[in-house]
Amino acid sequence: MTAVIDFQGVTKRHGDLVRLDALDLSVNEGEVLALLGHNGAGKTTIMHLILGLLSPSAGRVSVLGGAPDGAHAETLRRRLGYLPENVSFYEQLSGREVLDYFARLKRVDRRQVEALLERVGLGAAANRRVKTYSKGMRQRLGLAQALLGEPRLLLLDEPTTGLDPAATRDFYDTVRELRERGCTVLLSSHMLPGVEPYIDRALILGGGRRLALGDMETLRRQASLPLTIRAWGAMHDHDWRHGWEDPRIEARPVNGHEVTLSVPADAKLAVLRRLTALPGVNDIELLPPTLEHLYTHFSAAPPAPRGPASGDAR
Amino acid sequence: MTAILTIAGKEFRDGLRNRWVLAIALVLALLAVGIAWFGAAASGGLGFTSLATTLVSLATLAVFLIPLIALLLAYDAVVGEQEAGTLLLLLTYPISRTSLLLGKFLGHGLILGAATTLGFGIAGAVIALAADGVPLPELAAGMGLLIASSVLLGWVFIAFAYLISVCVTEKARAAGLALVVWFLFVLVFDLGLLALLVSVEQGGDWLPWLLLLNPTECFRLINLAGFEAARSYIGLTAIAEGGAFRPAVLVPILMAWILVPLGLALLRFRHRSA
Repeated sequence: MTAVIDFQGVTKRHGDLVRLDALDLSVNEGEVLALLGHNGAGKTTIMHLILGLLSPSAGRVSVLGGAPDGAHAETLRRRLGYLPENVSFYEQLSGREVLDYFARLKRVDRRQVEALLERVGLGAAANRRVKTYSKGMRQRLGLAQALLGEPRLLLLDEPTTGLDPAATRDFYDTVRELRERGCTVLLSSHMLPGVEPYIDRALILGGGRRLALGDMETLRRQASLPLTIRAWGAMHDHDWRHGWEDPRIEARPVNGHEVTLSVPADAKLAVLRRLTALPGVNDIELLPPTLEHLYTHFSAAPPAPRGPASGDAR
Repeated sequence: MTAILTIAGKEFRDGLRNRWVLAIALVLALLAVGIAWFGAAASGGLGFTSLATTLVSLATLAVFLIPLIALLLAYDAVVGEQEAGTLLLLLTYPISRTSLLLGKFLGHGLILGAATTLGFGIAGAVIALAADGVPLPELAAGMGLLIASSVLLGWVFIAFAYLISVCVTEKARAAGLALVVWFLFVLVFDLGLLALLVSVEQGGDWLPWLLLLNPTECFRLINLAGFEAARSYIGLTAIAEGGAFRPAVLVPILMAWILVPLGLALLRFRHRSA
């Protein structure tokens, strides 16, 4: 596997402000990486560095085998799709004209324009001026624009804001499809439950620094957050408070029919065994920590050596 | 190169669509015809007087209007797209910033060129048809020179507008600066030169050369060069006499006035962060 994106000790300073602090990151071909962090954590800075809109203050950025801010930029940009946060277009042009203009600038076959408009569900609105488009339609036009020329690398900044649930699902289906074709995708999102099933790895940022990086399993292991076990059944007279061999296990009976247990990962089996052995229990649900839990955990982590990692670097 | 043409094409079509071309052409045509007709009103006459008077009046009109139109047309070329958010996306496309700016310049230049040609062309046709005893070849030559030099003058101020547009981050500030530029070159410069002319008593041989520091004066000189009869009307530019103030010299100077601000704008645009 070759690294499509390679960051080595990349620092980006803006006056006194450190937007990105010695970041190391390597993204492989065909990988979907989520960038997570509060506003000002450095997500957009990372994207702008990859796009060559910014140059690193220190360190080295390499994208598809070259520095994106140098002579390599032109070849690189033809193989790259970008959807900026709050994308905007020429209001007085129609959707088709906008896409046609960008297709020409990217020097791709303009027959793609029709197909892409259909694909993002704008076929019927293609001749209307962008001025009349809703937020969701603009977002879809933005996605169509990013998909011009079958990019090898897609950068999507908050791609699902303004999309309704059905359009969001369509969007992630597209991402999955692209990934299967070997396209590398970087996306940032605030809607964590939405992205969780579609990503390979997540990079959690705070104050321009890497707080955690890995797939869900790795993150769960690093965080060692307790998982939640819920059980239902006729358990009126059971004493949940006592009898656990592990003091970390917390049981909270909701009512006589339901109990919620917070269980460290390594005690999971012991708890399950005991629950299945209970005669009254007739259903058990296992809830591992979600991306949202992990994100909250990592972004609230105690401050690292250099000042508070409060993420709000603005 | 294709990128430049694509961008220029879009700018030009925008200009047609939002009626810039039509509006500029109409304003120029109406004012030009009006001036040709009422040019003699001050001396009590009405109707077309002489070709020289008319051309001098039209050149004066162009000196005021063309820079203003060019600045209004182009002041938001970059900062406008930046404020609208479309610039960020454009800069991630496989086009260089130089192509982007040159493409826009070509587009805006075409809009102004087409509108000026149309506007003054209509005026010239109206004069040729309606006025008696106008020597047609001379009218055509005079109008041709006026149109060509007006277009050059317009491009100079489009280049100024671009320089402003890449240096500021707010559209409102760009608009303000554009008006300042217009004020300086069209009004203040003349007054300053006049003051100098009055105060310098001996050996002011160098004064005419100062005219070259202002593209609008170059434009005026080009249009007056052929008209001995016009000398009495031209006021300040009368101080410029002699071989250096021929169109063959003035046109390249006007072109330099396009290239310098445009070059500075390109430099600034290429080296600024997104």
